[in-house]
Parts: sequence; structure tokens; C-alpha cells
Amino acid sequence: MFRALLLACALTVSAVCASAQDLQSVLQEDPALYNKPSRGTTADAVEALLASGAYDVATFLERWQGKEVWQHDDGRFVYVTDSDPYTLIDIDTGEEIGTADKGELTQIKPNAGVRGVIGSALVRFQLSDPDPARRIAALDAINRDGSAEHLEPLAASLEGETDPDIAARKERLLSLLTARFGDTTEARVEAINSLAEGVSLDSRAALNQILTTRSSVAAEVPEGTNVARIRKVDDTFTVDAAYAELASAGLAPTTVSDADVKSALTAHIVDGEVAGVPVAQMNDPAARIRAYQSLVDAGQAAPFVPPADREAAVKAHIFFDAYVEPDAAVTDAAYAAMRDVDLKVSAMQTADIALDAVSLASIYFLAAIGLAITFGVMGVINMAHGEFIMMGAYTGYVVQQVIPDYTVSIIVALPLAFCVTFAAGVAMERLVIRHLYKRPLETLLATFGISIALQQIAKNIFGTQARPLTSPGWLDGALVFNDVVSISYIRIAIFVLALIFLALILFVLKRTRLGLEVRAVTQNPGMAASMGINPDRINMLTFGLGSGIAGIAGVAIGLYAKVTSEMGADYIVQSFMTVVVGGVGNVWGTLAGASLIGFLQKGIEWFNPSNTLAAQTYMILFIIIFIQFRPKGIVALKGRAAGN
Amino acid sequence: MNKTLLASNRSVLIFLLVLAIFTVAVTLMAQATGFGLISTSFVKTLGKTLCLCIIAIAMDVVWGYCGILSLGHFAFFGIGGYAVGMWLMYARTEEIVAASLANQPLPATAQEVSDAIGTQIFGVVGSSELPALWMFAHSLPLQLLAVLIVPGLLALVFGWLAFRSRVTGVYLSILTQAMTLALSLYLFQNDSGLRGNNGLSGLQNIPGVSAGQDWVSVWFFWASALALALAYILFAFVTSGKMGSVIRAIRDDESRVRFLGYHVETYKLFVFTLTAMVAGVAGALYYPQAGIINPAEIAPIASIYLAVWVAIGGRGRLYGAVIGATFVSLLSSWFTGGGAPAINLGFYKIVWTDWWLVLLGFSFVAVTLFFPQGIGGLFDYVAVKRNANYGPDDGSWRAEEGKPE
Repeated sequence: MFRALLLACALTVSAVCASAQDLQSVLQEDPALYNKPSRGTTADAVEALLASGAYDVATFLERWQGKEVWQHDDGRFVYVTDSDPYTLIDIDTGEEIGTADKGELTQIKPNAGVRGVIGSALVRFQLSDPDPARRIAALDAINRDGSAEHLEPLAASLEGETDPDIAARKERLLSLLTARFGDTTEARVEAINSLAEGVSLDSRAALNQILTTRSSVAAEVPEGTNVARIRKVDDTFTVDAAYAELASAGLAPTTVSDADVKSALTAHIVDGEVAGVPVAQMNDPAARIRAYQSLVDAGQAAPFVPPADREAAVKAHIFFDAYVEPDAAVTDAAYAAMRDVDLKVSAMQTADIALDAVSLASIYFLAAIGLAITFGVMGVINMAHGEFIMMGAYTGYVVQQVIPDYTVSIIVALPLAFCVTFAAGVAMERLVIRHLYKRPLETLLATFGISIALQQIAKNIFGTQARPLTSPGWLDGALVFNDVVSISYIRIAIFVLALIFLALILFVLKRTRLGLEVRAVTQNPGMAASMGINPDRINMLTFGLGSGIAGIAGVAIGLYAKVTSEMGADYIVQSFMTVVVGGVGNVWGTLAGASLIGFLQKGIEWFNPSNTLAAQTYMILFIIIFIQFRPKGIVALKGRAAGN
Repeated sequence: MNKTLLASNRSVLIFLLVLAIFTVAVTLMAQATGFGLISTSFVKTLGKTLCLCIIAIAMDVVWGYCGILSLGHFAFFGIGGYAVGMWLMYARTEEIVAASLANQPLPATAQEVSDAIGTQIFGVVGSSELPALWMFAHSLPLQLLAVLIVPGLLALVFGWLAFRSRVTGVYLSILTQAMTLALSLYLFQNDSGLRGNNGLSGLQNIPGVSAGQDWVSVWFFWASALALALAYILFAFVTSGKMGSVIRAIRDDESRVRFLGYHVETYKLFVFTLTAMVAGVAGALYYPQAGIINPAEIAPIASIYLAVWVAIGGRGRLYGAVIGATFVSLLSSWFTGGGAPAINLGFYKIVWTDWWLVLLGFSFVAVTLFFPQGIGGLFDYVAVKRNANYGPDDGSWRAEEGKPE
């Protein structure tokens, strides 16, 4: 800080010492440069100001750029405050020097081009500004739109920089600018090599700019051209496209398109014939060409280059992409650096996809674990599971209507959703499923009946439009690792929620009396009953537990997706897949299934990111094939418990 | 066992008689052929219902008789519809394109015609080329063959994979549901070659036919009735006799049948594939009457509704499936079409378009719980019982296999 003060003092002192001329007199030397600035003259104007060494040029430039400089009718340039009558302020001393009416003053309004030139001149002041915020703003401006003239002031400002963060940014920016605009090849190559170490968007943008190419064509590659690649004529770069390029470069005569041929023929129909060829034969392309050739011979149509000639012309030329940058050493270095960066970026993208996959897997785990438990313990499939998810999400929505504070409402909604769906699950087990244990396929259908009824009831109550479930403010935003890898806090929260439930379920199943009984009923209900366990009670509690977790999953899903009456249906098939792939009646199996499906879906999406529908299709096909090899899932029950 | 098919299945005769009377009655009431008592669109609705009855019978055979709860038969139905729809759309577009190109001064080249057809059909999904999938679309016989072969082949491959790895019960249901979902998601893509979620449309216009829709609707009604009759006879044949006994035995206890030396997988595969092909035919008749087909029709929910119809009608008896499909689909269109009067409870007005699904859902639960025999079970009360009633679940507990009714 002390150094900064010292520096500021030094600058001030030197400025004051050098102020042989005051600002006003510099301006008056050629007022037209300042009150009617044009893009071409502004650089000279700024140069003149700087050369004068006048005090406080920076403030003047800033105000000039901000349209805050006015000219009085007597020719003086002034700043003003207030309005009508305006208070005039001297541009050198900053003191009030009287008032004037609006009629006596003219505001100077530089156009956008001029303001840009002033801006870049200002940069050198701003880069050394005592206020760090302004230095950062200057860096941001250069970052947005850097140019060769920034290079020198940036390098100069680096020396006096005291803030280590800003110094680091300046250095980065300096190497970005050096890479693009440096004086010598060596300096540029060195800067480019230093860019290869990062993966940030701006270094990639700088490299891309160096590697800009222009397509061209010639009989031979001209001397001194920095060729990026030769373009081969093949399926993607067709002969027609190549010939069109030749023609537009003036290296071959232009030919006519099929549409031109057609319109020329149409224009020359005489008595049902075109140049002696009957119109009725014109459904044959060869006849059309024959007729057109006759027209050309008669001088009635533009010449037509036959395909063979076109191909020969294309063969006689070389099509290539040339770098705009003439220095091959620089482009080679940039190309190598780009490859390094690309490699790193793909590695980062893989990490990013993996994070996405983990969060997707957490959602599937939450959605499916309830299903897995009920299916494992009772052997019944609950088609209404998706509707329990929906019920949980709507519970969250209703709670948010009552409790406006988002944090509190989420904390209330989670247990409440559990209670609501737990009750619904127990009721459903008591009323319906209990009577169908011997007929598992009919359970599937009866629960489906409940599912469509619940869905329609939700639609009748809440309407068809999506309802928002707003997450608390502290879950907004994302954890950003760098320009490539980031993950939103909501997804992290869902991941944590999934972990908590994994631990909770494992604890209940492995460490409590209830869990022991549940496992016993899972393995052999008859034997468990003879040991004094009441399977009815266990079934009821298990079903309630499974449904309750679905309710929690509903709140979690509702936080990042919209709550609709059909949201359950979107997850039910994936949940079934998770259970089937993972293996029935095992928490770890469900976890494995959810991970497999989550990673698989994201992996397939990576190959074809534009098409999530295709990703789901391929995933389901994969699962169907997977079931061939492990019909009982990844973690299969063994021994007698496996049943038949 | 020496009795003829009809003698051992009296219900077939009764059914055919009822169907014939119904067909004649509708023909007499239709606008084109009779006194015009019912509208053309209602004739179409009835024709579509007959097609739904065909697929319901197929579902009944695969589920009620063979015990495979397939949630994928509507996919086969849809494939049949797409197959015939491709020809309808291609041929119709060809007519339109030919008519519009005929006005041009120059006759069009073959390339121009095919480009114009491609643009006309695929303009909505931003493409103008006919995909390879459409290479047979110009030929009606080939596309009709596809109606049978594509669903059959898909069912054969899928069934072979599933049955040989002993995927049974609820697992199999979910797997068939996944297959259906995969197919419908695939068709939803714009680059699937079948116009994405726009589906195929304008199928009610039969190329080369100048008769009005009143005639076309009656023709399709007759064709559907004929197909239903044939399908009924076919499945009555399949489910009677020795093969029928084995099929029902598989439903009741698969392992025991396997231990007795029967090759269970082959029987299941046969039933699965045959019903898939019949479903394809039903779809091919249904969609020209509906006029439009899109991937939403294939979504898993449709196949589940199919199971609902069969369960409400009564599983394990062919006429039960027909009753269920007719009853539920007509009732559904009555309720959702606003035909049912709203009930005013004073504090709340029950509008059936909103509450019909709730009613259906709960009545479905009630049927499953209290009337596993479905509506068809009512006939047991009036019919003279010659044999004990063997439902889908009790059969395996009997000492000897009884004859079907």
C-alpha cells in the first residue's frame, strides 16, 4: 500500500512538473479536434494531450468519453454541474467559474468509434489507477476487446502492480496479448506455450484467433502462404462445391444450375418443342441437356460447362486453407498448444460428465430405492410409486404456499412429504395390495389403476400447468472448478440427500430389529412367520417406508425440475430399470443399478449431446441386452432366498 | 379331443353370430349403405373399436392364456399402423405431387418427382430426402407384408432373448414396457425417418379411391369385422386342443410343464410372436380409420390400458377380451367426449371429462380385487356349468385339466 501511495505521489509530482501547458490551452490549439472528433483524428488528439503533459488528462479523457464535456459559446471547454442555469467548472483547476444558460452551451458527443479510441487511451491510466476496482475494470475491458496497442501499457503497468491477484491477471492477459500481437516470433511462441498450461475459455479463444484460417484455391500454392491444410475433394467437399468455389474465385467460367436450365428451357418452348426436342421427352435429364446445348449453340442461353470439364478444372487446382497469420512458427506452436489444451479440456469434460452422472445417479437412487425395498420384501411392483414421488413434490409446493421462507419450508416439507406418502403407502397396502399377494401380476395392474386415478386427481386439484418448487437462496448458483467443470449446488444437495438416505436405510436394515425382520421376510416369509415375526406388519411398514422415501425423492426432484401431475410417470420406468438392473431387494444393488444407468445415460448423451431421446433409446436397448446376461441384476440374491 | 373346433368351442359360434348381426345392423344404419341413422364418424369409431377388440383378443391369449403380461403389444399395433401408413402417405403424396407437377410447362424428371415427394412428406421435420426406411413405401403388397413381418420379427427376437434367459413374471412385464418406451422414444426423434412427433397423417384418404368417406368408413368397418372374426377363430383354435392345454399349463405352473418335457420357451415364443403379428394387422386396420398415427400412440401407457380392458372384460376367455375392449373404449369416449351428464354435488360439480380417469382407475382396482373374472365372469352365472371354473390362478391346483368352455 505504501508503495502504491509512493507511486501515485511520484506520478502526480512528475505530472505537475511536466505541466508546461494547461489543458485548456492545448484544447484551444485546435478545438475542432475535440468538439467534432472523428475516429481518424482522435488518436492524434489524444496524442497531443498526452504530449502536452497537462495535469489530469485522464479525468478529461474520461469525461470526454462520457459526454460530460461542454463547450461554451466563447470557445472555452468546461465541465458542468446542475442544469439550467448550468454551473461551469474549469477543466484545469476543477473550480466553479460561473454559470451559463443552456443556449450558451454545446454538449460534445463523441460517437461510438471515437469513444472506443478514447477508451483505449484511457486504459494506460486505468491500469495504474490507485483503486484496484478500476484496475480490474480496465483488465476486463482489455479482455473483452484486446488489441496490439494495449500490449505496451499493460507491460509497463505490470511493474508497479502491488496486488498479487491483479498482477497474476495482468500477466495472463499479457501473455494472451503477446501470443496474438507480440513483436518477435520467439516472444509469441513463448507466450503461446505458456497458454497451453490452462484450459480457460480466453486462452482457447486466443489460440483460436491465431489459428484462424481462410479457404482459398489456386493452381499452385502461392509463395509465402502459411498453409493449414489441403482440402481433398471427396464426399463431404463435393466436385460441385469445389467448382462453385473455382467459379467464384474467377478461375473457371461460371456454369448454370439445374434450375437455370429448367427456366431457360421453359422460356424457349415453341409449339411444344424446345430447340427441336419435344416437350414430352423432357422428363429425361439427358434430353434436357441436349435441348439446352442446342439453345447454347444458338446463343440463346448462358454456356453450360459439362460435368467432365468441371471435374478436370477442379483437378487442375489445389484447394487449401491458409492461416491468416503468416508466421509458420507461431501457428505451429499454437496448433501444438491447442492440441494440448484440447486434451486437457476433454479430460475436464469427462470429469464434468462424471459429476453430472453422479447427480443423475443420485436422483435415480432416491426414486428407485423405495421401489427396490417393496419389490424385494414383498415381491410386488408398485406402479403408483411415481405418483408417490409426485405426491411428495406437491406436498413441498403446498408447504411453500403456507410458509414463505424457502429454507424453513424445505426443512418442513421433507419430513412432511415423508409422512404424507408413508400414510398413503400404508393405506394402499392395507386396502389393496394385502389382498393380492398371491397374484403379483394383478398387483401391478391394481396399482396402475391407483396410479392413473392419483394422477388425474392431482391434475384436477393443481391444474395441468407446472408448479414451481423454489429452492432456498443458498442453493442457487454452482460450484465452479474452472471454465469446464462445474456443478450446481442443488445437484450437490441431492447427492448429499441420497448419501444420507443410503446411510439411513443401511442403518435401519442392518442395525435395527425392524431391519432384521424385514430381511427375514425378504428371504423367506413362511420361515420368518414361524419364528414369530408378523409378516403383515413388516409388509405394511416396508411399504410405508418405501413410499415415504418416494415422497422425499419427490421434493428433491421438484427442486430442480417442475412439479407436474405427470412427473412421476417420467421417473417410473427409469426406477424400474434401476431396480431390475441392480437386482431386487438389495440396497447396494439399487446403488449399483442407479450408478450404471446414470453414467450410461450421461455417457451416451456425451457421444450425441443434441439428442437425449436417442440416448434414452440406446440405454433401454442396453438394459434389455444386459438382462440377457444377468437376469437377476448386478447384485443377485443367492441360495434359497433367490427363489425360483 | 376328437370333436371339431366349433363343437368344442360353442362360444365361437355364438360370437360369430353376434358379430354378423352387429355388422349387418351397422351396415343398415350407415349413411352410405343404409338409412343414415348413424354418422360416418360413428361408423369409424365402431370400426376402430373392432380393431381394438382384435388386439384385446391377442392380449388375452398372451396374458390370460399364456400368463405373459406383455406391456408391449401396442407397440406391435403401432408398427402395423406405421407400415400401412407409410404406403398410404407415400401413394397419396405421389398423387398430389403428380397433379401439381402436371401443371408445369416441362414434364418432371423422376428425380424431381421423388424430391417433391420427399419435401412434401418430410418438410415438417426439415428434411427433403426419403430415408432408406421408405424404400418399399411405393408398393402396397410389400408394406402389407411388413405389417406382418416387422412386428413378428421384433417379437421373435425380443421374445427369444427374454424367454431363453428365463425372464418371467413382473420382470418380463417391465422389460416389454421398456421395449415399448424405447420404440416410442425412438420414433419421437425427428431423424427417425418417420416424421418424429408429427407422425403420419391424412391416412383416411385412400389413394386411388374416389368414393367419399361414408363409403370408405363402411369398407373398413367390414374389413375390421372380418379380421375380428378370423382372429377369433384363429385364437380359438390355438387355445383349444392339446396346444391350448400346454399353453394354459405354462400360465399356471411353468416349471412343472418344463419338467414334464415340454419346451416351454418355444410355446411362449410362438404365442408371443403370433399375437404380435395379429396386433400388427389390427393396427394396420385401425389407423386408416383414425387418420393419424404418432409416437404417443405407442407409449407404454397404451399397452397398460390394453391390459386394463382385458382384465375388466375377463381374462382367459376370448369373448371377455372383446367385451372389455368394447365396453371400456366406448364408455371412455362417452365420458371423455362430454356425453355423460355432470353431477352437481352442491359444493362441487363433478365434470366427467376431468373425473373419468379417476373413476376408471378405482373401478379397475375394484375389478381386480372383487371380480377377478371380469365382466365375462357374469356369463358363468347364466351358463349351465359343465366343468368347474378354472381361473388363471386356480388351474394348477386341480387334479385334472378340464375342457375349455
